[in-house]
Parts: sequence; structure tokens; C-alpha cells
Amino acid sequence: MTGQTINRINRINHISNITNQEHAMSTITPTRSLPTAAITTSHADPGAVRPVLRTSTGTAAFTVAGRTLRKFWRTPQLIVVGALTSAMFLLIFRYVFGGAIQTGGVTYADFMIPAMAVGSGLFASGAVGVADDIEGGLFDRLRSLPIPRGSILLGRSLADTVLIVWATVITVALGYATGFRFHGSALDALAAVALCVVFGAAFTWPFIYMGLVSGSSQAAQGMSFMAFPFVFVSSSYVPVDSMPGWMQPVAQHQPVTQMVGAVRALALGDNAEAVLGHSSGWFAIRALVWAVVIIALFAGLATRKFSRS
Amino acid sequence: MTSTNTTTNTTTNRTTSATENIIEAVGLTKSFGTAKQPVHALAGLDLIARAGQVTAVLGPNGAGKSTLVRAVATLLRPDTGRLLVGGVDAARRPEQVRRMIGLAGQHAAVEGAMTGRENLVMVARLFGHSRRSATKAAASVLAQLGLDDAADRLVRGYSGGMRRRLDLGASLVGAPRLLLLDEPTTGLDPRSRIELWDAIRQLVADGTDVLLTTQYLEEADQLADQITIVDHGRAIATGSPDELKSLAGLDLVEVRVRRSEDIAAASSVLATIGGEEPRVDHATRKLAVTVADSAALGETVRAFAEQRIDIEDIGLRRPTLDEVFLTLTGNTADTADLAAA
Repeated sequence: MTGQTINRINRINHISNITNQEHAMSTITPTRSLPTAAITTSHADPGAVRPVLRTSTGTAAFTVAGRTLRKFWRTPQLIVVGALTSAMFLLIFRYVFGGAIQTGGVTYADFMIPAMAVGSGLFASGAVGVADDIEGGLFDRLRSLPIPRGSILLGRSLADTVLIVWATVITVALGYATGFRFHGSALDALAAVALCVVFGAAFTWPFIYMGLVSGSSQAAQGMSFMAFPFVFVSSSYVPVDSMPGWMQPVAQHQPVTQMVGAVRALALGDNAEAVLGHSSGWFAIRALVWAVVIIALFAGLATRKFSRS
Repeated sequence: MTSTNTTTNTTTNRTTSATENIIEAVGLTKSFGTAKQPVHALAGLDLIARAGQVTAVLGPNGAGKSTLVRAVATLLRPDTGRLLVGGVDAARRPEQVRRMIGLAGQHAAVEGAMTGRENLVMVARLFGHSRRSATKAAASVLAQLGLDDAADRLVRGYSGGMRRRLDLGASLVGAPRLLLLDEPTTGLDPRSRIELWDAIRQLVADGTDVLLTTQYLEEADQLADQITIVDHGRAIATGSPDELKSLAGLDLVEVRVRRSEDIAAASSVLATIGGEEPRVDHATRKLAVTVADSAALGETVRAFAEQRIDIEDIGLRRPTLDEVFLTLTGNTADTADLAAA
């Protein structure tokens, strides 16, 4: 489902690149002698002392993130196709599968939309983008600059997190249009969305790591599918007790179930503990611990991979 | 994560005397692949690049050119050997090296969804420029490369040559002391290539040191003061363009005889004139031998006429990279061994 979308996005990118290039080829660039007046730049005198310039991790990360975000906003296909896929996925689950899935005391919309919101982090795989940047030589350029190398990956993670905020907002809006409601306080609702973003930020790191080790954007795309078992073998779309006995402990204890539980409990409000068996706090603590573990593990792996060689 | 605790004041550029070496590589090795089937990208490469000149690294695909550039750019760490860039040990103080260099790779590593100006401002910002001085640096580089008309258009719409020039610009906004150009003109049409050459010459005139890799003898010839030829991860020859060409045999007489029966006779004539066994291609009836000067062409024609060898085609030409290569690898026993392995 989502893999095909990624595929399609890539293809659209590719096509637009080709047409742009062809277009560019046809415009004639006048040959001209380079202006000699411009020679007096700072490096004109090799003996000149250049000021010691230092770039902080923050500045570098924001600059790198700015580039990724501009790329996204200026490629409308990415925004439109991304939003359409989310919508399609949501509508299919809501209306095709939803009727057949028993979710106890909760409507399927209230059950599933929190999971979709958490899932936006798992489907917004940044792996392909990272692999593209490596293949295109951009990471080599960045790595040759006097900036902390960790800031390059941090920038990527920041940008991907912003995209996840966008995807989460779309999901919640579509959810509202199809019957989902926040039953708790406004503060609960805000906390639910904030948690989605935190989990999404955590998930950017495994995807960045995949992008770094994949070697090509196609392989990165394939590796992104490793998120699927985590999405589906969880309480995201069906209650865990409908799964085979051997699968239940796996589904019950893996991070996505805890994260979905936390967001779902916040969305359900007072009713949550009765329906889900635990309070939002119970889920949230476990989910946040998972998020920290995921960030520590994969940010560490990714940074090591990136600095080595 | 790379540490950034080099707060010593040695990070400023020192005054460079013309005789100083901007790059000193001694016995660099780097292997990729598995332990069982290692690929020796660098196999004990030595290279000296003097400050104040353009050094070209010439070699075929897979010779180790890009690996060398990546090592100098601190993108990879050689397995063994010593690499000094501007007197700084690249393995020990990569952050300091990164302050000195600008890299333009084989890809035009610029962002298509940003304008030319935005691309340069981004890199300048990463180089530590303030917002204002980054804008200034970008404008100056755009003017320098003749890109100011296209500066505010998205790079997506640039031609291949413009992208490469912008990429070159991105490596310049940090005002590097040493510019690393990895096959800067590969894949460009002839006019874009000449434009890029002009841009590079301009930089050299401004005092930037350049290390450039290329597969094209002509390119090295056009731009470089010093050429190092690499093959199988080693430097097999170093010298000025003229020195290298004379090393390969300055010129080459190439003959195609009409009848295959004449090949043996033609071969011995050419051996006498060239002072070495000519290369013979029986299928095309072509023979070639390196000669000391252009007078050899007339000599050959006379000698062939005396012996009544019919000539279909004859010419004097400069050695191609292939021939410089064959000559050099033929003379170097250990590289020949490597090639056979």
C-alpha cells in the first residue's frame, strides 16, 4: 500500500526531473567571459587570514532541515500524493475493514484514528530521502564542511518530524470528518497530538539508519517495509485478543501498541481506563521509555555509521 | 560523533609560501570489500601537491582517484599511510582540514528545489557565515561564475553545465584554500566543459590551490601544472604535462598497410625508426610506434617506399591517455603484476 505510494512519489519526482532537464537543455545559456571585476573575493590573497568560523550544531541542523523542508514544500506532488495516500488508507480501514472488526466499547473511528496518527510517523519513512541524498552526493558535500557531523542527521530528523506533524494534522482532520472525536479535555487532545509527534520523531531515527545502510534509494524503500509488522502486529487496527495466542504477547508488548494505547487513552478521555484496561499515564510512561530507547539506539547506530568509513 | 573541541588558534589559515606542499600523501592504502575478496582502492599511493598550482590526478575508472579525493576531503580514513593537508594530519584533525577545503564531486550535489542563490547561502551558512555575510559570499560567487542571471531560478531548471558550475560555486563560498574537484567535467558537453575550465583557471589565478581528478589527458593538459598518473591505487608517474608526454614517447607514427603480408616487413622498419617494437594490430593491419620527433614521419614514408610496402593510411599523432598508460604500466613491473592479478 504505502510502498507503492513511495514508489509513485519517486517516479513522479523522476519524471519531473527529466522534463525539467529537457526544458533546461532547450534554453540557451549564453557563453560569456567571466567578469574579471569579481576576482577580488576574499580568497584573492592566499596569505589573507580567514576569520575562524564556527558553526554550532543547532545552526547547522536547522540549515540542513531547512533544505529538506523546502524541497518538500516546493514539490507539490509530494504533498498532494502524501495526503491522498493517507486519506485512502484511512477511508479503506474506516469503511471497508472497520465494519468487520469488533472493538468492544469504542467506535471503530475512535479506535483506529489514534493508531493512524501514530502510524503517520511509521509511514513517513525518511529512509528513501536519506538514500537519495547519499546517492546525489549531497551528504558528501555536507560531510566535507566544518560542521559537527551529527548535525547533518539531526537536521534530517528535524525535517522529517515537521513532515510528521503535517501528516498527523491531516489524519486528525480526516478523522474528524469520518466520525472520530476527542472525548477528553482540550489538554488531553493536545497531549495526544504531542505524543504522536514525539513518537514520530523517535521513528525518524530507525529510518535514517536504514537510509544510511541501504546503499540505494530502492533498497531503502524495501527496508522501509520492515515497519509493517510493527504497525500491524499491534493494537493499531484490531484488538490484540483477536490474534492467535502465540502472537498476543508480542503484539501486547511491542512499542507501537504502547504508543497507540497512550494516544487512544488520551483521546477517549474518562472512558479510557474502563475500555483499555489501563490509564493514559500507564501507556504514556511505557511509550515514552520506548521512544527514548529507540532514539538512543538508532541515533547512536546512525551517527556511528555516518562518522565511520 | 565528531568532536568539535579543536579550539586552538591554529585553525586560521597560515601564510602559504609557494614551495609549501598543500597535500602530502605517503603510502596511503584503503581496501573495501570483504576480507576474502578485498578491493585495494589505494595500494600505497604517494602524492605531493604543491601550494600555488593545479595538481591533476589522471587515471582510468577504478584507479583510486575518487578514493584519494575522499581521503583528502576527510570523507574516508585511509587504512594506513600518512596524509597531510596544508600541514594538518587529516586522520588526527579532520575538522581543521574541513576548514581548508572545498569539495565538488562527480555529482552536482546541489538541491534542485532551491534556487542557485539559496544553495550557496545554505553552504555559506554551514561554513559559519552569518546570514548577512552568507548572502554576500553567495552573490560574489554567483557573479564570479557567471550565474547571476539564473541565481533566483530553481536549480531544477538549470542545464547540466550550470549545475556543475553552481556545484563548483558551492565548494567556493567557504573561500577554501584547497579546492578538490573530482572529475568536474565528466558527462558535460564540450562547451560546458570549456566554460568550467575557464572558471577553474580563474580560481587558480585568484590563488586557490586545486587538486583535480580526471580521466581526460586533455583536461589535465589544459589545467594542471603537475600531473600524477594513478593506476591500481598507486602513483605510477608524476611530472609536468610535457614531462609525462615525453615519457610516453612524444609522438606516435601510425601506419595501416594495404597487404597483411607486409606487416612483418613494416614492423621491422618501424622498429628501426622508433627504437622499440611497434604495436601491431593484425586485424586492422595497423602498426604504431612512438618516435622522438616529427622527422620520423618522412623517414617512415621513404623507408616504406624503398621496400615497396603499400601504405593505406599513415599519420603522426600525439599519444592518447591509453598509450601513455600502456607505456607507463608496461615499464612498471609491479603495476603490470597487479594488472595481471
